[in-house]
Amino acid sequence: MDLYEHQGKDLFERHGIPVAERIVATTPEEAAEAAAKLGGGVAVKVQVQMGGRGKGGGVKLVHSPEEASREAARMLEEGFGGKPVTAVLVERLVDIGAQYYAAISLDRGAGTYLAMVSNAGGVDIEEVARTSPEAIRRVHIDAGRGLRPYQARRLTGHLPAEAREGALDLLSKAYDVLAEVDATLVEINPFVLLRNGMVMALDAKVTIDDNALFRHPDLAALADTFPVDPIEKHAKVAGLQYLKLDGEVGVIGNGAGLVMATLDLVKQAGERAEAANFLDVGGGASAEVMATSLEVILSDPNVKSVLVNIFGGITRCDLVARGMLEALERVTPEVPIVVRLDGTNAEEGRRILAEANHPRIAPAETMVDAAELAAALARGASRGSRSERERASGSGN
Amino acid sequence: MAVLVDERTKVVVAGITGSEGTFHALRNRSYGTQVMAGVTPGKGGQEVEGIPVFDTVADAVERTGANTSLIFVPARFAPEAIYEAADSGIGLIVCITEGIPVRDMAQVTAYLRGTEADLVGPNCPGLISPGRSNVGIIPGEICSPGRVGLVSRSGTLTYQIVHELTQRGIGQSTCVGMGGDPVHGIGFLEALERFEADPDTDLVVMIGEIGGDDEERAAAFIADRMRTPVVGYIAGFTAPPGKRMGHAGAIITGSAGTAQAKAEALEAAGAKVGRTPTEVAELVRDALS
Repeated sequence: MDLYEHQGKDLFERHGIPVAERIVATTPEEAAEAAAKLGGGVAVKVQVQMGGRGKGGGVKLVHSPEEASREAARMLEEGFGGKPVTAVLVERLVDIGAQYYAAISLDRGAGTYLAMVSNAGGVDIEEVARTSPEAIRRVHIDAGRGLRPYQARRLTGHLPAEAREGALDLLSKAYDVLAEVDATLVEINPFVLLRNGMVMALDAKVTIDDNALFRHPDLAALADTFPVDPIEKHAKVAGLQYLKLDGEVGVIGNGAGLVMATLDLVKQAGERAEAANFLDVGGGASAEVMATSLEVILSDPNVKSVLVNIFGGITRCDLVARGMLEALERVTPEVPIVVRLDGTNAEEGRRILAEANHPRIAPAETMVDAAELAAALARGASRGSRSERERASGSGN
Repeated sequence: MAVLVDERTKVVVAGITGSEGTFHALRNRSYGTQVMAGVTPGKGGQEVEGIPVFDTVADAVERTGANTSLIFVPARFAPEAIYEAADSGIGLIVCITEGIPVRDMAQVTAYLRGTEADLVGPNCPGLISPGRSNVGIIPGEICSPGRVGLVSRSGTLTYQIVHELTQRGIGQSTCVGMGGDPVHGIGFLEALERFEADPDTDLVVMIGEIGGDDEERAAAFIADRMRTPVVGYIAGFTAPPGKRMGHAGAIITGSAGTAQAKAEALEAAGAKVGRTPTEVAELVRDALS
């Protein structure tokens, strides 16, 4: 779970990391009030769960409540990166002497955390990593022992003397944050040395490990503050992993790897057809699960065909076939459903579907056949609708 | 021979009295695996279909000679079950449990480095040496004994590929489901190393997916150290790029983590990469003929 900057900064403040004075605003009026209260120049910062705000126009420096109101209105109306925006952060400008970069992140390859500090900040840090890697000091942290003081000294040793003590303190507190809230990322880009000698975090990117949310009910409650697609929510409540994509072939499968492979096959099957979604039913494929999955997928108006790809391991394909038929008594799709069953009791499953002879179900033998059929059906359908559109526009001329 | 599990494997099932634990312990036993014991704190002295249950792993090891632990306990108790197994002289720990916090796993794997124990998982289907031993939830019926090793981050996708191999008469030495969690035990590297040393494995199938850089590091190992041929598959060519919070991930790996980057790394290392599960099985057949 990715936190908004203002939520991350609240965590920082609680652990004694210096941050600028700031107020969250959800309307242009609140932004103007916040700017007036803070006084002088302020930054208006869009609150989103992603990076790239600076380059994308998501951070504006302004010098009056009117300007703050105007920028806030624009951000709240336009959204950011295709996502709705419900809040901005209005923050007092500080007098920056120098900018640096710090992050503590899970390093999957090492199976533990990696802390990094760069003495080049306020620039494209990935570019720095490529062109002058010596600017970034890196130290792996043993999750049992935590970040040791000698490691923090090493990490900050290439900073100017006047920034070192503050940076060391910031870094060890950043690790405290990570350890306390089960974060997999605490990134501060930039942290700055102010002209008055203070070291301060100007940004906060914090990602919490979803698996650990049971230990942090206060953080779990923040999930309600993030925008959620209603269809994705419906799926989640039913225990399905669903992600909406842009194509026309609805995909249902069991197991994340198999579903990903299915999406790839749909794409390979033809230039025009792509998957409309990722949907993993997980371990079971009961009638209930199949019905909900179909409901979820068919609520996407772009879907022109559905591809059900089940490999029966512990899950038995005969039960999946029965579940599928039961589901079709509850949900009445207007698009064809290609079903491919393989593995445990697959023959029995196929026989059940063949006997039922449901008008919407098109059986397929292999994954490749199934993907090609589903893609062809979707293409056929969209060609039809396109020519209908052309006819409609022709008659209007 | 095979790797990691064989006829000498003696299993103690942690969480055997839970529904999943009971179900799979019995399935593994009927496959022919030596399931010696179960452990559920407070239920020592009971039996599950003739399998004795103990309060601690140490008791089970002492009384039955178990050398492998198969863990089904819930996520919040699973790290404890791994520590207990490692401290009770268990050599191989197979953790099926999903949803364990990353921080707990980072601590667990740091601890295990100082012990003799190997970990497979968590969030994995386990492993099987067909005809010899099945430790976990991989359906034994789709496997057949043979000389192809397999290691994978996925579950059902693995079953699909194993099934396609079996249908073509290509048997397996050992199938290792390493699991999909970011911090895990045995990975591609360790599995490839073992298959390379196994005289009864003629070829290795490696099934990866987007995210992280395990596949890229495995590719480097294949180029430097492997004489056994490798056939790869990567899932997720069309997966949408995940939204990125910060820059740290990209700085750490220096890799895009995309399926394309992984497939290219494997091919550059001399491995063949199939574009579909079926093509993987065909590449294996061609390589062995």
